[in-house]
Amino acid sequence: MSSSSLFNITMITYMVSTCIFFGFLASRSKVVGLAGTYAALFGFVVQTVAIGMRWKESYDMGHGHAPLSNLFESVVFFTWTIVMIFLFIDFKYKYHAIGFFVMPFALFGMAWAQLSLDSGIEPLVPALQSNWLVYHVITCFLGYAAFAVACGISIMYLIREQMEQGRDGAEAGGMLSLFPSIRVLDDLNYKAIMIGFPLLTLGIVTGAAWANYAWGTYWSWDPKETWSLIVWFVYAAFLHARITRGWIGRKAAILSVIGFAATIFCYLGVNLFLSGLHSYGR
Amino acid sequence: MQHLFGGTVLTTNKQGLTQQLWDFFCSLKLSIFLLIGLALVSIIGTVIPQGPQREYLATISETKIRLYSSLGFFDMYHSWWFILLLYLLTLNLICCSIKRLPRVWKVVSEPVLIMDEAFEKTLTTVKDVKIKGSAAELKDRVAAFLKTEFAEPVVTEQGGEFHLFAQKSPWCRLGVYVVHLSIIIIFIGALIGSFFGYKAYVNIPEGGGALQVRSSGGKTIDLGYEVRCEKFSVSFYDTGAPKEFKSILSVYENGQPVAGYQRVPIIVNDPLTYKGITFYQSSYGQSDEGVWYYLTVRNRNGGEPVKLKARQGERVALPGGAFLSVMEATMDVRPFMRGFEGPGAQVEFTPAGGSPKPFVILSEKYESLNAQHGDNLIITFNGMDQKFYTGLQVAKDPGVWVVWLGCFLMVVGICMAFFMSHKRVWARVSDKGVTIGGSASKNPTGFELSFDELVEKLNKYK
Ligand code: HEM
Repeated sequence: MSSSSLFNITMITYMVSTCIFFGFLASRSKVVGLAGTYAALFGFVVQTVAIGMRWKESYDMGHGHAPLSNLFESVVFFTWTIVMIFLFIDFKYKYHAIGFFVMPFALFGMAWAQLSLDSGIEPLVPALQSNWLVYHVITCFLGYAAFAVACGISIMYLIREQMEQGRDGAEAGGMLSLFPSIRVLDDLNYKAIMIGFPLLTLGIVTGAAWANYAWGTYWSWDPKETWSLIVWFVYAAFLHARITRGWIGRKAAILSVIGFAATIFCYLGVNLFLSGLHSYGR
Repeated sequence: MQHLFGGTVLTTNKQGLTQQLWDFFCSLKLSIFLLIGLALVSIIGTVIPQGPQREYLATISETKIRLYSSLGFFDMYHSWWFILLLYLLTLNLICCSIKRLPRVWKVVSEPVLIMDEAFEKTLTTVKDVKIKGSAAELKDRVAAFLKTEFAEPVVTEQGGEFHLFAQKSPWCRLGVYVVHLSIIIIFIGALIGSFFGYKAYVNIPEGGGALQVRSSGGKTIDLGYEVRCEKFSVSFYDTGAPKEFKSILSVYENGQPVAGYQRVPIIVNDPLTYKGITFYQSSYGQSDEGVWYYLTVRNRNGGEPVKLKARQGERVALPGGAFLSVMEATMDVRPFMRGFEGPGAQVEFTPAGGSPKPFVILSEKYESLNAQHGDNLIITFNGMDQKFYTGLQVAKDPGVWVVWLGCFLMVVGICMAFFMSHKRVWARVSDKGVTIGGSASKNPTGFELSFDELVEKLNKYK
């Protein structure tokens, strides 16, 4: 079996997982929630194997390199890290409802990669022939993925808060009972960002180290660099906002969503709309 | 303003003003404002191309150009107002840290050793443990217990009661300040680089050398030694995509080769550094100066072929009174002529008494093509001793190690601040029993669980 067909299985599994999580919200059955998590886990394992195979395939073609070099590979890897961070939080805190708000990001990523991106394995151009590529991409994407999970949690927060207010503070029932409480969501949002922020910081530092090693400039205000700094500023603001009174809860959730929007722009928007050193996938 | 930053603006005397300024720069709201502000204005420079860019300037109106350049938008990240924002951030950071550090330092260096009734009320995790024994005996037992299960306690005696205090990783409270200090260190490193370093470039032909480089500001800079390019080569994948650009460089000082710096290969992502100056493979080109082109001329009617060599543009006499000049040539025609390969040259052939005719000649492999021109001569291009020049980026940045130190401290500091917790446990031991309390700087729920476990163990401890 080739990596490509395994990626298809991954995509279908993530779709199934998303559907099961939806079923979980509708049925409120614990077993269904657990099934959603295990579906995600199965997809994750298949995807891990597929990424490993793609790596090996590149060696078979004679110019082996880690599968992190073009847009297709980076989207697949991003998806993989999102599911990894989600599974980590799911197994640790056991709130399966989060799955419905996070797995769609993974599903969307896989579907986009499989259906419309060029999946050819290309040899590395000289600029990318460096081990720094691996350190840089892995840390950045783990950070991005944690922010994706935080964004999903923040959306849950905003929905839950909206619905609670709609009921005039009455006992929140139905689907809502599956959501962690407002306080827990707020805390999880913070925890996810606490995972993401150090990783993004490492990502920026390894990127700067690479740029310095390869070009002699650790910082050149290239649009991608600048956007990563913008994202970093937003989450630094988030962290400081939490220590000041009146900024936890709703405002923090909104800041987390804005932060993820900036992250996505940093990842994709810069390549699609702006020019610079990082424009792969053109 | 006063509402936003929480100062009191009513007092107008000098003391009040200083105080106000201090409060203003100590405010966390100012930090949030600055961080978000920096994030927002940074967007401008990613949308407007930085540096002089002719194609972009041609697409926008005159008024826009004037407006943007007066606001510094074309070099935004070095404009006075952007730098000012960075200085404000630094000032804010320093003031805020100065204000808070002593308090935190006190928690670390002068821990509260005694849990009295009032202090006990401020703790959320407190438990009574019923174990029998005299105070002195219990004290020894609890101290031994804490030493094995948590950390070595400090024992204080007061009013016939014993107070034990033990703590774990108190210094992680300083993590936040390590992060803030690291930002200042990074700024210092960047300033050192901008005052004492430079970015430059130089093109060196194969076989040539350079003693000077040209800075990005257009100034000529002496290296203090010579860098020679022994050889440059480029290789391609089957797809035609570039695989490797490689220069072989040697360093000479006062005309003498420097040991250990002879024939060093450098490629993209693997530069050469000598005396704090680093040379990066950045571009390349073909250098036509002093190149020999090799040709063979044969008469169609038979006879020995004649081998010739020529410089670029030189008029070479051919047998029979004709002349030939090589205008330009390449060792690989693939990029220019589909379906052909090998060397090729653009030449100008002047028959005896005729006018010049330009055409292309290729290698022996395409002799039938070569035979289409040249009257009674068949001219073949055998190749050239092709020479490249290598384009090197040159950088000197004495501040870079300061920046890396800052980055390292930042990562360490963030890990200290996020993933470590200052845990404290107090025990009050009297003849009646033991009261034990605890607190942690992070993750209170997690601490509560391990605290309960600790108390459970103490109950069973003999
Ligand atoms: C205007 C500049 C800044 C000021 C005035 C400032 C001030 C503060 C203060 C007062 C705290 C709380 C300390 C405590 O809990 O005792 C803090 C925490 C922190 N700061 Fe800053 N800060 C600034 C910029 C930054 C930046 C740019 C970063 C980027 C990494 C940063 C990273 C942190 C971190 C990681 C924490 C810990 C937050 C937490 O525990 O949730 N700070 N800062």
